Amino acid sequence: MMFLSTEINSAGAGLAALLGYGVVFLGLIALMLVVIAVGKFFQARDQKKNTEPSVEAPVAPQEVAPAPTAPGSAGGVKLYDVEPKTAAMLMAIVADQMGKPLNELRFISIKEVK
Amino acid sequence: MEILIQNFANIQWQHILMWGIGGLLIYLAIAKEMEPTLLLPMGFGAILVNLPLEVPGTGVQHVIDTLFSIGIDGAELFPLLLFIGIGAMIDFQPLLTNPKLMIFGAAAQFGIFFTVLLASFFGFDLKDAASIGIIGAADGPTSIFVATALGSNYLGAIMVAAYSYMALVPLVQPPIIKACTTRKERLIRMEYKGKPVPKIVKILFPIVVTMLVAFVAPDAVALIGFLMFGNLIRECGVMDSLSNTAQNVLANLITILLGITIASRMKAEEFLQWQTLLIMGLGLIAFIVDTFGGIMIAKLMNLFLPEGKKINPMIGAAGISAFPMSARVVHKLGLEEDSSNFLLMHSIGVNVSGQIASVIAGGLILALVKGMLGL
Repeated sequence: MMFLSTEINSAGAGLAALLGYGVVFLGLIALMLVVIAVGKFFQARDQKKNTEPSVEAPVAPQEVAPAPTAPGSAGGVKLYDVEPKTAAMLMAIVADQMGKPLNELRFISIKEVK
Repeated sequence: MEILIQNFANIQWQHILMWGIGGLLIYLAIAKEMEPTLLLPMGFGAILVNLPLEVPGTGVQHVIDTLFSIGIDGAELFPLLLFIGIGAMIDFQPLLTNPKLMIFGAAAQFGIFFTVLLASFFGFDLKDAASIGIIGAADGPTSIFVATALGSNYLGAIMVAAYSYMALVPLVQPPIIKACTTRKERLIRMEYKGKPVPKIVKILFPIVVTMLVAFVAPDAVALIGFLMFGNLIRECGVMDSLSNTAQNVLANLITILLGITIASRMKAEEFLQWQTLLIMGLGLIAFIVDTFGGIMIAKLMNLFLPEGKKINPMIGAAGISAFPMSARVVHKLGLEEDSSNFLLMHSIGVNVSGQIASVIAGGLILALVKGMLGL
């Protein structure tokens, strides 16, 4: 055994090093591809869910006038690179700072300044 | 009176030197706050196992040796149990948000393989060279696991080197990063898209990783399995109490035992060899080459990326799995160059991918060396 380990010492170490480094790369690349694929799958599924009409509401749309939005409602605000949670927080802060109720303010868009 | 004189007569210069080394580790732990959770028990343990007993290997030395044979030598229990706690601490979200960061985790394992080669040139046999190389995993439990499984003769020195350099990451990495990058590169900003990751992906991730590693590096399954089990406890959302226990109580308990148990291999006759110094040097080289490998892959990728999409090469350095110190070092260096350039989320992503990559590397080293030596 001693002879064997001495014999393959440097060449064996070199081979182990090369093989090992290569396989670590391959393994991580495979993992990366799997994570990307799984992420895309669930992203697509969520998007599909959001775009599909609700199955539980087959009733014909009633001709009821939509409830009037409060004057100055912020319902149409457009978000650019901002999460809804962050936007809601920002709007609440602005309303608080101005001392005005939120439904009296109109937010056109919120954009992250980079 | 006679016993007292005999006890003093048993003291040898090697014992005194080991007390000094133990004292140094305790000093670094307390005064410099370098990995105190490990260096302090190791330092105290080094003093304990080098007390001049009438019959060596009895008393406290016997207790520590027993802990070693149960917790490390038998089935590598301590490192594996510690991995449950570490897995419960890790949030893989930054990596799942940008899976491409995994490349850097792989790249920064270069030091392991380079050091295996270098150690063999210095005359270490293959199992010792491989065990020394794994210091570059920058991951204590993986180093212990591999060195024990291969039956290395230098376990004590390898463990001391692995934990010392992990503690020294804030001192070792910055000069290498600065030497390998230009100021322009260090100023590169990277956009972070904090898109939410579905819970199902976070739950599937530890399961998929474990299964994939089982195919790529079966010898690493114990390590990755326990790491990912800890992570699954964290992410499943229905085991908060167990997750907290794993992150705190379990991890702390094992850390206390691991530190003092490692000292079992710090007896003067085993530790005081010129090879120990060589191993410390090789360990440092492993860390340096890891850092270099991660940075260079980022620079290589930048050659093909358009302006605006370029990667700050410093994040490549976080691919060594010293978690989370390495990510913090990169973030801090980014802020030093530009106080509004926040690299933390990117570097954390690379850092956790390094954690996975180092375990895979450890498993591969084990498999390859065992195969070559017919163990």
